[in-house]
Amino acid sequence: MDATFKPQTAKDVEVAVKWAAAEDQPLEIVGQASKRSLGRPVQTAHVLNLSKLSGIDSYEPAELVLTVKAGTPIAEIEKLVDENGQELSFEPMDYGPLLNVDAGQGTVGGVLAANLSGPRRLKAGAARDHILGMEAVSGRGEIFNSGGKVVKNVTGYDLPRALCGAFGTLAVATTVTLKVNPKPETSATFVLSGLGAARGINALCKAMGSSAEVSGAAHLPAGIDGDISRTLLRLEGFETSVDYRFKTLEDLLKSYGPVTRIEEQDSRKLWQTVRDVRPFAGVDNPVWRISVAPTVGPKLVELLEKELKINAFFDWSGGLIWLMCLDGLVNDQHIRAAVDSVGGGHATLVRAVPSIRSSVAVFQPQPAPLAALSKRLKEQFDPKGVLNPGRLVMGV
Amino acid sequence: MTAIAMPAPDPEVLARRQDILKALQAIVPGEGVIHDEREMRAYETDALTAYRQLPLIVVLPETVEQVSKILKYCHQNDVKVVPRGAGTSLSGGALPLEDGVLLSMMKFNRVLDIDYDNRAVVVQPGVTNLGITRAVEHEGFYYAPDPSSQIACSIGGNIAENSGGVHCLKYGLTTNNVLGLEMVLITGEVIRLGGKHLDSEGYDLLALMTGSEGLLGVVTEVTVRILQKPETARALLIGFPSSEDGGRCVADIIAAGIIPGGMEMMDKPAIHAAEDFVHAGYPRDVEALLIVELDGPEKEVDFLIGRVEEIAKANKASHIRISQNEEERMTFWAGRKAAFPAVGRISPDYLCMDGTIPRRELPRVLSRMRELSDKHGLGVANVFHAGDGNLHPLILYDANKPGELDAAEAFGADILRLCVEVGGVLTGEHGVGIEKRDLMTDMFSEEDLKQQQRVKCAFDEKHLLNPGKVFPVLHRCAELGKMHVHKGQLPFPDIPRF
Ligand SMILES: Cc1cc2nc3c(=O)[nH]c(=O)nc-3n(C[C@H](O)[C@H](O)[C@H](O)COP(=O)(O)OP(=O)(O)OC[C@H]3O[C@@H](n4cnc5c(N)ncnc54)[C@H](O)[C@@H]3O)c2cc1C
Ligand SMILES: Cc1cc2nc3c(=O)[nH]c(=O)nc-3n(C[C@H](O)[C@H](O)[C@H](O)COP(=O)(O)OP(=O)(O)OC[C@H]3O[C@@H](n4cnc5c(N)ncnc54)[C@H](O)[C@@H]3O)c2cc1C
Repeated sequence: MDATFKPQTAKDVEVAVKWAAAEDQPLEIVGQASKRSLGRPVQTAHVLNLSKLSGIDSYEPAELVLTVKAGTPIAEIEKLVDENGQELSFEPMDYGPLLNVDAGQGTVGGVLAANLSGPRRLKAGAARDHILGMEAVSGRGEIFNSGGKVVKNVTGYDLPRALCGAFGTLAVATTVTLKVNPKPETSATFVLSGLGAARGINALCKAMGSSAEVSGAAHLPAGIDGDISRTLLRLEGFETSVDYRFKTLEDLLKSYGPVTRIEEQDSRKLWQTVRDVRPFAGVDNPVWRISVAPTVGPKLVELLEKELKINAFFDWSGGLIWLMCLDGLVNDQHIRAAVDSVGGGHATLVRAVPSIRSSVAVFQPQPAPLAALSKRLKEQFDPKGVLNPGRLVMGV
Repeated sequence: MTAIAMPAPDPEVLARRQDILKALQAIVPGEGVIHDEREMRAYETDALTAYRQLPLIVVLPETVEQVSKILKYCHQNDVKVVPRGAGTSLSGGALPLEDGVLLSMMKFNRVLDIDYDNRAVVVQPGVTNLGITRAVEHEGFYYAPDPSSQIACSIGGNIAENSGGVHCLKYGLTTNNVLGLEMVLITGEVIRLGGKHLDSEGYDLLALMTGSEGLLGVVTEVTVRILQKPETARALLIGFPSSEDGGRCVADIIAAGIIPGGMEMMDKPAIHAAEDFVHAGYPRDVEALLIVELDGPEKEVDFLIGRVEEIAKANKASHIRISQNEEERMTFWAGRKAAFPAVGRISPDYLCMDGTIPRRELPRVLSRMRELSDKHGLGVANVFHAGDGNLHPLILYDANKPGELDAAEAFGADILRLCVEVGGVLTGEHGVGIEKRDLMTDMFSEEDLKQQQRVKCAFDEKHLLNPGKVFPVLHRCAELGKMHVHKGQLPFPDIPRF
């Protein structure tokens, strides 16, 4: 008796999860399933689909606070805040293109559960930095509230933030409250051309350490979205300020060669390309998302280029590396060893066929005490293991 | 003592004091273990001074290994542990327990690594908040969260309380500025989270630890993000004939897409107390005073000063001054920064409250607060992080007058209930501690609190770390883990499907 439940209220979710827990019937939690191929595949008989748990509860632009049902499409939310001169400043990436499915899908619950953040993460924080409160149903089948609906709150443990990035393995979010921010008046991109990765990242780090308030710092090597390499710095804000800071960067980075400027419209497109990893769209080769300290990014890629056939580019000032394996293999051993050798970080396999995703560690393996603590946390939220079993870790 | 009761000490543990002392002395040699009553007095309270309690023993470890051994010993022998930083908590988070070891982290006072290229600094938890900025300011960098206590409070305490400051509307709270940490669990296990890279995968334990008030683990190392100092900062000092006008001005500034570096409001009693104390040149004939600080590139700041001035005029501002130099900007702030001591001058004692409200509710909350002031027969002065709705009502009382502390606490509780009633929360940055512990049920349901305590069970099943804080009722983990549904009891759920 396989079923896809489509709850319309938090109470419905509670009933479904309570049943699942009582009957030991695991559930796969999906928003619209746009990121289904992220993480380890889940194999359950039943699906809890939250797309009908949708709608805006309250939005008060002057308070910078937005409360929505967890199944609300992220596109709908972005449109609403945009109409009010605001934005989700963590700039969630759209995995559609990279996963070779339609763009513009996905729900706010899915974005938070995967802690999706784009290039602005560097300056404005991640998705998890913008959550204020949450109503959720635990794997025990109990509704609980945590956090609040104001932008500053330390009452009790910060469960809403902790549930971000949990890929729906601890609780099912039913309502979320987010912090929104004013949308910058305009933007422009400062471009250095023809630099090698090491020198490019060096320029990015220098700019990030300046007072220029850079809100995007990427390096696209030659062959990635163009024939010559480009080192990109995004400036956003009031027009006078953007112009002024552009000059600041020109002074600061004089020695790195000639500078060009990309104006608002093209700049926006360019950062969307970076955000959504479009250079790797349209093919099937495995893709890794690697997070390391910015300065070691180029060294990591250099190491791997010696051993593997790869394409890679850098976001987050060099700290976020998108890496595609051209041989069609996932090369997890090589990649994890290289990350360790440059001082550690995280490597996540974001694109691969399901059979591979269930046979290798998709997420960064954790040291034993941390893995044990995470397992204990899972048991406290979902003792029967009915929420997305195996999504994050094999067997948990 | 006062109204908030602490768990009754365990006589069996008290009787073992000598054994515990010997065990701790074997782990931490020499001066690192304090057991003399007179010397322990220094640790009997934090900044919630109405509450005092001598600990069983004080221990000041210097290495992670010592912390690990201490916790492991306490875990094996069922001894409670209260972690402590600089002891500036305003909510009683670091209040000792009679049958508990007080674990001071203040010997962990070294800056371990400064990495300008990655904009990260690694420090031990006993380094002061300001100490981090001091270590990097010669290169133009600073650590953004700036609690008023920054000269004294420790970064470990900041993590535990998720502390904020005047600049956190724009730059975030502690939780938004921490990249990684090392902690020791009550079992003695050492765990590292995050690092110089961003957004580690797996459960976000960094988020859970930040704001956990010493209940989940002992922080032994912290990696924070540092920022380049803004090129410049200027401030406006704006007076309003009513708090409604002030509140509307704040809303309009934000609606115009401006997020100031700092935006602070004071009410009339606070303005007068501050002006009498530091003579900052505040107008006395206004009901609300707003300080708006804009920071960033010079061009931008000059531009925004003009915009804010227009918005203030449109909202009936009766006084507007704009800082023309650094000295003047500091003068604007002098009164606000001295607000606590200024109130300390007009009243023998005061309680500092910390609720947050949706900003639109400000006028209603202030007028209700005046009624409550009459009801309890005590004065109140308000300072207010206006941008984010975080109120700091200062309740004036005299501890030497019988009944006044009780009245002040009752008044405070009424204010916090009011904050929750209008859609806000009990604490914006000072933490729950013991102070707001018994009010948690006004904000959370039984089920909400149980799920929070289950988190505690994953970290500290025996409830040995800082018990008696944050949660009004301590449930045993075995009881919290029980599930009350059984197979066959529930029908196949009748929920829309396809
Ligand atoms: C022909 C075809 C091919 C397809 N191929 C693919 C493919 O290759 N890869 C792919 O990914 N999809 C594929 N799809 C599925 C498609 O993308 C989905 O239908 C879908 O759009 C939506 O979800 P979402 O973005 O909301 O996030 P989701 O993918 O639903 O969620 C992301 C994560 O968040 C969790 N989550 C979501 N909501 C919550 C919540 N409220 N509380 C807690 N946790 C939550 C989920 O459990 C999951 O772990 C394909 C569909 C079709 C028709
Ligand atoms: C005058 C004054 C002004 C203040 N202004 C502000 C303000 O503007 N903003 C603000 O947010 N706060 C403010 N505070 C409150 C206080 O300074 C903060 O809460 C601060 O973070 C506490 O740090 P501490 O080192 O003094 O910690 P303590 O008071 O020693 O401890 C606080 C809590 O942290 C735990 N703890 C301490 N160290 C560790 C560790 N290493 N590991 C685990 N747990 C630990 C303790 O168990 C306790 O629960 C102010 C306090 C005063 C007295």
